[in-house]
Amino acid sequence: MASAAAAGAPPGPAAPRARRSVTGTRKAVAALFLLPALVLLGALVVYPIGYSLVRSFYDNSGDGFAGADNYKTLFTDDGIRTALKNNIIWVVFAPTVSTALGLVFAVLTERVRWGTAFKLVVFMPMAISMLAAGIIFRLVYDQDPHKGVANAVWVGVHDTFAQSSAFPNAHPGRESPLVAQNGGFLTRATVHAGRPVALPLVGVAPDQLPGGAKKAVTARPEPGKVTGTTWQDFTRGKGVGRLGAPDPSELGYAGMRIEAVKDGKVVAATTAAGDGTFTLPASADGARLWLPAGNFKEPYNGVEWLGPALVTPAIIGAYVWMWAGFAMVLIAAGLAGVPRELLEAARVDGATEWQVFRKVTVPLLAPVLAVVTVTLMINVLKVFDLVYIIAPGSSQDDANVLALELYRKGFAEGRPGVASAIAVLLLVLVIPVMAFNIRRLRREVRR
Amino acid sequence: MRSRSSTIRTHRTLTPLAALLAGALALTACSGSGDKDKDKGGGEQTPSASTVSLPKLNGAHLEVAAVWTGAEQANFKKVLAEFEKRTGATVTFVPAQDPIINFLGSKIAGGQPPDVAMLPQPGAIKQAVQNKWAKPLGPDALKELRKNYSQGWQDIGTVGGTPYGVYYKAANKSLIWYNAKVFENAGAKEPKTWQDLLTAARAVYDSGVTPFSVPGADGWPLTDWFENVYLSQAGPEKYDQLAQHKIKWTDPSVKQALTTLAQIWGKKDYLAGGQDGALQTEFPASVTQTFTGGDQPKAAMVYEGDFVQVNIGETKAKVGTDAKVFPFPAVGSAAPVVSGGDAAVILKDSKAAQALATFLASPDAATIQAKLGGYLSPNRNVPVSAYPNAVQQKIAKALIASGDDFRFDMSDQAPQAFGGTPGKGEWKDLQDFLKNPADVAGAQAKLEKDAAAAYGSGS
Repeated sequence: MASAAAAGAPPGPAAPRARRSVTGTRKAVAALFLLPALVLLGALVVYPIGYSLVRSFYDNSGDGFAGADNYKTLFTDDGIRTALKNNIIWVVFAPTVSTALGLVFAVLTERVRWGTAFKLVVFMPMAISMLAAGIIFRLVYDQDPHKGVANAVWVGVHDTFAQSSAFPNAHPGRESPLVAQNGGFLTRATVHAGRPVALPLVGVAPDQLPGGAKKAVTARPEPGKVTGTTWQDFTRGKGVGRLGAPDPSELGYAGMRIEAVKDGKVVAATTAAGDGTFTLPASADGARLWLPAGNFKEPYNGVEWLGPALVTPAIIGAYVWMWAGFAMVLIAAGLAGVPRELLEAARVDGATEWQVFRKVTVPLLAPVLAVVTVTLMINVLKVFDLVYIIAPGSSQDDANVLALELYRKGFAEGRPGVASAIAVLLLVLVIPVMAFNIRRLRREVRR
Repeated sequence: MRSRSSTIRTHRTLTPLAALLAGALALTACSGSGDKDKDKGGGEQTPSASTVSLPKLNGAHLEVAAVWTGAEQANFKKVLAEFEKRTGATVTFVPAQDPIINFLGSKIAGGQPPDVAMLPQPGAIKQAVQNKWAKPLGPDALKELRKNYSQGWQDIGTVGGTPYGVYYKAANKSLIWYNAKVFENAGAKEPKTWQDLLTAARAVYDSGVTPFSVPGADGWPLTDWFENVYLSQAGPEKYDQLAQHKIKWTDPSVKQALTTLAQIWGKKDYLAGGQDGALQTEFPASVTQTFTGGDQPKAAMVYEGDFVQVNIGETKAKVGTDAKVFPFPAVGSAAPVVSGGDAAVILKDSKAAQALATFLASPDAATIQAKLGGYLSPNRNVPVSAYPNAVQQKIAKALIASGDDFRFDMSDQAPQAFGGTPGKGEWKDLQDFLKNPADVAGAQAKLEKDAAAAYGSGS
């Protein structure tokens, strides 16, 4: 803000001097000095705005007058509507969260010995370009927990509380005696004591079986007990081999939980040994065997940060990471100007730290907070690079914002008319915020 | 599509990393063929080195625009260097951005068009002709074109009966790459038909590996999947009609193709990461995850064109031994051959520009780049032995053998808004279909709605 105020100042002193000069030459000199700036401003700012406005009333080829058609598209096109909706989310959340965090950082760092070092670290992301930040966060949000740090943390926390199972992809092979039910597998027929049961499954690679897995063997019949084998019925390099019977190199499903179910009630349960064999007591006679879903639970894969639902909040997170530092520095500067006596007085009067912060610091900082929020709002309205880089193609549509839609309409779809209309809309949206900021500035200067 | 994809890839993912890898690739490519280069440098010219006569053009200056980056660009520059050596002209490579037609538009508006541009889509050539930017090929270039190219490749470079484009580079997009070790472990064989493919997928799945890696985060590989199934199942006539939107996407043939596709896309366990995971996987990752992880990669097969080997180069897998390839299996009566390619089009007519087009149409130019790898030429007079390895030779043979039966990538023929915009049109609709493969009718309706809008506006 300080720089903007400085830039606004020179015309002030210059104007009275021009008025003081009565001779035409002085005016000419003034005009001469103003000319380069005016030409540059005209060519680089005024003309493009004017031309965009004109262009937005023409069709895509630029030859035919289209009236308000392009503006009608603004409110009928699905892409633009999503973009508008997302822009509102951005404008509401990104600046407020950044400012709030900045305020917290600024107030807290004031009281820490190494405050400056901390401020430096928080401010550091500002030194990174949006593009680089986008690439960084693309990786942070990567779905694969081995790559994306966000999911690595999330999955780590999740797996501490809920273990994943040993056989996530196991499933019945061809002509299997098992049928899928409620995520587990149930035998088609009932089992009987003295007749060994085969529970073949496929889909688990040998090196992914639990460490205790040994070569599978057919269970021996035992009188009065239900015995059986559960194993990976697939020989590496050969396919299924003998269907429904263990081949020499096939491994048992060590640790598979097996339950005997009668009339919907579990009557007996056991886990398979290293060679896949298991023994159930006589009570399992006449029951069906059930491999519960717990055996086959898929490994938790983390949160889909960049999926359609979370992509916008995720990108806003990246934005906050960058801009909270900016807010912090401005607020810290404002904080330095807050008279200490007021805080001291409040403390002497018995206010708690929270009350001091809530009732004294924040109100005193209100003007600064407003400036920071409004500046960030302008910044957020034109956000493009973060969204363009972080959102994968499949959810770019869901993460769409106006500036991105402008680019897509103008340069990828070849609809410059509509793109110009979006540009005008963006300008219209920025104007009130700009007006607010300029009025503030004026007041500040007068003071 | 290839060119477009490569730019998207580099722009949107780790650009520095990609550049590094591309550099490394270029280095290996150079070292691989270094001996041959030295031979040539020694004055001993290979027999194919002078099948075309070029005029002396000392002092002439040419600009060539293309969207190629990295190793592809470096290799092409070697071809240009050979042209400079033979004619004495100087050639500058102008890196362009996608869509190249918009890039050329601004260049031409500025009065500085490049002499020759490499256009990746037939639609772009048509547009360049309609805008009166493209200049017809001269007699010398035509002679080379007729001699070296099958009718099909000549036709897609022709607008209104006049030949404008020389297809210098081709892509064979009917290939499925697979992890040889996984296939061996599963006892699976290279499939010839769709049914075989499903059987092989089943065997791979039973052995404990997910069969397919589908890069759903990018839309274009999904369109290529669809095109192969559709071309093979519905036949070339229907394919052409659909490409020109003469039949609607609500046609029963489209329904049949999508239903067929859902036999793979609809099985959560057949796709690495399931449908949701696939939609988060980008093309480079889809390849690397298939060829890393030893016996237990994330997937056994990945479908895409010959350029997949560039990404395989980023892994430790060796093309031909660890990473093998088979042609896209026949879904209908014949196996599909879907191709892409870049055509050289003259924008500023001159003796030098014509000479360059002639050179690019000759087997000499293509042979140089073929030896460097990662390149495929539609030129039928390029000796198969010019390709550096057996896999490349197999791909090249398949492309040339298809004669005129190949079809150009459908989404590249479609208007950009439908067939070439991330998160829009066909790309988005097929992504939605991958998310919800049960809803064939809904996908068709959305495709038709977007197609009608895009073809209707004529952009």
